[in-house]
Amino acid sequence: MMSHQAQFKALAEWLHSAVTAEERYTFSYDAEASDFIRFNHAKVRQAGHVQQASVTFKLIAAGRHANLNLTLSGDGEVDRQRLSEALLQLRETLTLLPEDPYLQLNDEAWQSSNVQETPLPDSAHVVEQIARLGEGLDLVGIYAAGPIYRGFASSSGALGWHQANSFNFDWSLFHENGQAVKANYAGHTWTDESFARRFALAREQLAFLGRPAHALTPGQYRAYLAPAALEEVIGMLCWGGFSAQSLADKTSPLQRLYDGHATLSPLVSLNEQVTGSLSPAFSGEGYPRMDLSLVAEGVARDRMIDSRSAAEYGLVANGAGWGESPSALSMEGGSLALDEVLKALGTGLYISNLWYLNFSDRTAGRITGMTRFATFWVEDGQIKAPVNTMRFDDSLFALLGTALEQLTTERELLLSTSTYSQRQTASNLLPGALLSGLTLTL
Amino acid sequence: MFDFSAQLKQRFAALQSSAPFFSLRYVKQTSQHLSVRKNVAEPPQLSIDEGAMLTVRINGVEAYAATNDLSQRGLQSALEQAEIQARQLAPHSLLDLRDHAVATARADYLSPNLQSAFPSLSDCYALLNAESASVPMDERLVNWQVSLGLENVEQIYLNNAGAEIRQAQRFVFPGLTVTAYDGQDSQTRSLGRENFGQQGGAEVIASCGIIGAAVNVADQALQLVMAPNTPTGPRDLLLTPDQMTLQIHESIGHPLELDRILGDERNYAGTSFVKASDFGSLQYGSSLLNVTFDPEIPEQLASYGFDDDGTPASKQFLIKDGVLVRPLGGTLSQYRSGMEGVANSRASNWNRAPIDRMANLNIEPGDKSMAQLIGGIEHGILMSTNRSWSIDDARNKFQFGCEWGQLIENGELKGVVKNPNYRAISAQFWRNLSAVGDASTFKVLGTPNCGKGEPNQVIRVGHASPACVFASVDVFGGDA
Repeated sequence: MMSHQAQFKALAEWLHSAVTAEERYTFSYDAEASDFIRFNHAKVRQAGHVQQASVTFKLIAAGRHANLNLTLSGDGEVDRQRLSEALLQLRETLTLLPEDPYLQLNDEAWQSSNVQETPLPDSAHVVEQIARLGEGLDLVGIYAAGPIYRGFASSSGALGWHQANSFNFDWSLFHENGQAVKANYAGHTWTDESFARRFALAREQLAFLGRPAHALTPGQYRAYLAPAALEEVIGMLCWGGFSAQSLADKTSPLQRLYDGHATLSPLVSLNEQVTGSLSPAFSGEGYPRMDLSLVAEGVARDRMIDSRSAAEYGLVANGAGWGESPSALSMEGGSLALDEVLKALGTGLYISNLWYLNFSDRTAGRITGMTRFATFWVEDGQIKAPVNTMRFDDSLFALLGTALEQLTTERELLLSTSTYSQRQTASNLLPGALLSGLTLTL
Repeated sequence: MFDFSAQLKQRFAALQSSAPFFSLRYVKQTSQHLSVRKNVAEPPQLSIDEGAMLTVRINGVEAYAATNDLSQRGLQSALEQAEIQARQLAPHSLLDLRDHAVATARADYLSPNLQSAFPSLSDCYALLNAESASVPMDERLVNWQVSLGLENVEQIYLNNAGAEIRQAQRFVFPGLTVTAYDGQDSQTRSLGRENFGQQGGAEVIASCGIIGAAVNVADQALQLVMAPNTPTGPRDLLLTPDQMTLQIHESIGHPLELDRILGDERNYAGTSFVKASDFGSLQYGSSLLNVTFDPEIPEQLASYGFDDDGTPASKQFLIKDGVLVRPLGGTLSQYRSGMEGVANSRASNWNRAPIDRMANLNIEPGDKSMAQLIGGIEHGILMSTNRSWSIDDARNKFQFGCEWGQLIENGELKGVVKNPNYRAISAQFWRNLSAVGDASTFKVLGTPNCGKGEPNQVIRVGHASPACVFASVDVFGGDA
């Protein structure tokens, strides 16, 4: 059986020979072979394996273009036939379309290759480890693992290949009182020892959750957002915040920042750090992805620009992918040592995770969301009790601006657990954030 | 239609397995998404996707393997992979399904008007272009977009107990959105999009109402950007059906999913404030509240003959006269819990396994016209069209925001207000249901974007509802 890379190359070569001199194309490839094992009550609730491969094929001719996403079978002959039919369908479609004034192609014949083949453990071994450590605990979560493949080829001679083996075990431990702690162990190299250490940390936190809950009323509280909680806040910035189109359409939650009417704290510097990240070095539309400084010391800098925005607004495309949203976001750390967090917080909330954020007023950058998992009440630098689920409603310009006191020196690499349609390769490298006030409303 | 059916049956019949039970679920989906933004046609997004999931049950342990390779060899290989996994993980399995009954039905189900031709790509673009061009020239209108999604899905379920279920459906998603900006604030008004979708053909475009609507939608966006913020404080809240969909979805639908109550989703989508012991006794809402699982409204997004485990679907009351009576649980959850449920075991595609999902979850109409609903409010607010949603993992404390607000004073609609938000607690909110609109206020809506499950799945759900009034809800506006 041909490798994924060989299948991709064979199809790209066939396509290159099949198009006419007047036609151009881009051709991106997505495939994975994944084990998905769900757990409930520390037992396997649902287990399976998914093998999938597809291409997204853009045909361009006479200033017109159309895209077709096509599932492949893995059989070279069948897939060539499917691609041949797709080519005919796209040719027919183009005759029905007007010229697109915002069509812009990257003519560079760039080359990129990244192959990481670190062996993954057998999933049965992983399940044994999870069962051993989870014995007697109420564990719930999912183990997802296997190779991911991404490819890109174009009529201009661009050729990119990205292949990586990875695993992601995302789980929670529940106390019998309903409180829970969330944990994650993800990467390329599984070791039983590292997993056991990560598991032990979660188990330590679980012990605190057995204490009677501290009741809170709505109001403003000092708060520490651990990196996973800050990730949810930063995630809201990515809902069009840095997008060139959203900024032009005046729907960005960072409109005031990019218009120069507001700033964030000088502690805040955000970069799209593609170099060294786990995601491909090229976008789905075939541009090399550039490292970008999005916010520097609280001031707006670069925006995310795909080819369509570049053409429409006279900008230079910088490799932004779908939705012009960052997918390798890195926030610079501060000066707060991790072991000083509770002391610096003094009295207030230690928040491990936030959940289900959305906008209360998008233009103004005001957001709402919930606490979830391992939120603690801290008094005089000591964890006193867990806190029941609370809603917050506050401004991004406060949380990352006027209310931001310190960021931790140490940062955490958070790998996406998202598996909608396929396993995602996005990541965030974030510190924790100490806030002078977080407004709780319900 | 069902072009692959005969070949698939042959291949299924030729599969070799020692498993006492195995099944195959084949899904083929073709789609076309068109959009015209600011009078410029965006490139069409077309898709052709097909694959199959093989599921085995050995000694009461189930496992699956999904594959894009539909050849005899590919299906056999997937089946064997599932068998290996079922055997390997058996010592750690949560469930023993040896006594769990399997599907045996043989039937076909089709969307309404499935045989009628859908407008050509050219005709679709002509419609979108015409609507886009009718947005008035006004420099404050900074963005607008008209879109049309079309999805055709064929699904075939076969098992070695003799089941053979074929379903062919066509889904249509029209949408229109306009953004106005006054130099300080921007406001967006929309029609359709994430709040609307139906099964059927060209008639769905008309029933959505986007044809000829651009002028009015643009006018409402301009009204909003000039409007004052929603005032803060308790008011009676009148929700139109395009917000009721979200209200039903988040604070009735998700909490009643039986797999959440059984704990499966605690690491991701969450748990529920509802306990298994609440069914049959909990006063979920006022006596005016009647909620049904209803797969029998043909045009509704999640109408179907059978769920993805092959269970026949029928209308059932989940909440009757305000009392919680039945959860949203498929046959597996019913087997685990000993409770009666509904046919809602659904998968987003061939590469994801069925789990308990909402399907069509509706509120039955009451007896008040829209004029009577408004006339009965002394100090209130009307809110339309969801734009923001946030709720805790037990589906209790929520905050929702709408595009359009209009104050109600002494039984009359008054001025428009922007950024209308409200927050409440599910367990109390539905008990404040004080009036339910009649059939004239009832709309069949739905969304293609319900996310849940590990691995993640996004699925189409339908919600039909009349307009409803809730007494004394905390409402508030934005910062701008």
